Amino acid sequence: MAARHSATASGAPSSLARSRPRYGEALIKAVLMLAALVSIATTIGIVVSLLEPTLRFFTEVSALEFFTSTNWGPLFEPPTYGVLPLVSATLITTGIAVVVAVPLGLAAAIYLSEYARPRVRKFCKPALEVLAGIPTVVFGFFALSFITPLLRGVLPFEIEIFNALSAGLVVGFMIIPIVASLSEDAMAAVPAGLREGSYALGASKMVTSLRVVLPAAFSGIVAAVILAISRGAGETMIVYMAGGGQPNFTLDIGKAMQTMAAFIAQAGSGDVPVGTVDYNTIFAVGSLLFVMTFLMNLVSARLVRKFREVYE
Amino acid sequence: MAVLSTPRSAVQLAGKGQPVREHLFRIALISSLAIAFIFLAALLTYVLVEGWPRLDSRLWENMPSIRDPEIAGAQSAITGTLWVISLTALFTIPTGIAAAIYLEEYADKSRWWNRVIELNIQNLASVPSIVYGILGLGIIARALALGFSVITASITLGLLVLPVVIIASREAIRAVPPSIREGSLALGATQWQTISRQVLPAAIPGIATGSILALSRAIGEAAPLLMLGAVSFIRFNPDGVFASYTVLPIQIFNWISQSREGFHYLAAAAIVILLAILLLMNSAAIWLRNRYQKRW
Repeated sequence: MAARHSATASGAPSSLARSRPRYGEALIKAVLMLAALVSIATTIGIVVSLLEPTLRFFTEVSALEFFTSTNWGPLFEPPTYGVLPLVSATLITTGIAVVVAVPLGLAAAIYLSEYARPRVRKFCKPALEVLAGIPTVVFGFFALSFITPLLRGVLPFEIEIFNALSAGLVVGFMIIPIVASLSEDAMAAVPAGLREGSYALGASKMVTSLRVVLPAAFSGIVAAVILAISRGAGETMIVYMAGGGQPNFTLDIGKAMQTMAAFIAQAGSGDVPVGTVDYNTIFAVGSLLFVMTFLMNLVSARLVRKFREVYE
Repeated sequence: MAVLSTPRSAVQLAGKGQPVREHLFRIALISSLAIAFIFLAALLTYVLVEGWPRLDSRLWENMPSIRDPEIAGAQSAITGTLWVISLTALFTIPTGIAAAIYLEEYADKSRWWNRVIELNIQNLASVPSIVYGILGLGIIARALALGFSVITASITLGLLVLPVVIIASREAIRAVPPSIREGSLALGATQWQTISRQVLPAAIPGIATGSILALSRAIGEAAPLLMLGAVSFIRFNPDGVFASYTVLPIQIFNWISQSREGFHYLAAAAIVILLAILLLMNSAAIWLRNRYQKRW
């Protein structure tokens, strides 16, 4: 005790404490932190770039019209600014995607986590990743020139060349890997003891999977599904190419529909003069899309943390 | 004694109750997975069959055109993609690795700002890509006055895939065991010497794999670039970072929008090239992972 005291007091070389600050090290740390702050700057950039034109948009168009009118025709004369057709189209295509992706993705996850032998799993997981790595423009091409003609051949009812059904189906296949791999992670995190307990009580493999593993992994699965929905709602190329460019306030999935993302892509790729209402409209719809997906991501992140806390 | 000689696992015991239902359930699970794979196989086959007849040197020797599908090529789109992706890599890989080092090695997790950075990266990873197009249009192209150029596209795509690079690099750095750091520090190395000479070399394979996967995502991305001026038919190769440009996914999109039949096959052929590039990159990533991955 005394020795240590004297060492610190006299600053003798036996002290482990740093004798002088290392400016080089501090500089490196500052540079690295700056790189981490790029992500914060990105978020601020997104919010700033959305906010200003959006606020200007609402000085010219009433919020009441924007959120309640069912006519969307900002480029027509006279222009109409009811965003509901875009929102309903987004909900419908995303809904179709969920109907495809959740059962298939969840079943694939149960199979990979509970049934598949390690060798099968080792082959199937990368193969699913291939599906996730296909560029969306390729999915769009496939939806437009293969799935739509196929549907027109086999379905008993008429569908248009551009339609929400084909777009939604293909978006569904695009998000299967998200549902499957995140749900599988959640199921793999369920302790083996729960399964063994279930078998010991005489439950079959199916009952164990459905009544024990699935509920135990539920929050993780919900997080996966929400993330997949958010991905589907923000998907642009597929719905733009296969769903068409006409805003349409309808429930008929055989008709062309324009989603929010598809509108942004269509209007944004034209030459719209800065500062006009048309220009601001793109950002107003962008803000709505950003807020919707942001909320879904927040909920999903919360649920993921929750299920990690339980079993890790 | 007879029971002991034939030990049965819990799994075998489990299947006894309702064999038919168990069997059907298993079949349903396998068919779900099979449906996903059939979809993938159908997509790849369709693209290959449609694109094969048009897959020749015209694609990389000729410039894009909307007049004649017979002589149209994708040279400026291929060089444009190379330009944009090289710049994206130059910007996003160093930034991503630096951010990952900060978060794993320096950041004090009990400070609120570090938790905000972490949560923020998670959220950015799932922002729709079209919203990044809005960021590129509003801030990079207009406020920073970089216009519709290669550099605008590169920065936008770089920001889009930055979270992927950061998350992958963090995992690779985290996988290096603490004993390596402690050994280095105990020998008198400073923190940065420890990171640059011990931790990073050990984490490089994981970082490289993650970076390649991030770049392959950027190569296939079309939506944000629709808003950043890549739409027009560009009949020259970019000659600098401020040049106009087009990229493969956008060129494919443009040809699909044309009504004449020849462009359909042209688009399919260009898709085959795009998928071949992606396949090459992914194989490289998998090879790196298997070849250099260390087990501690």
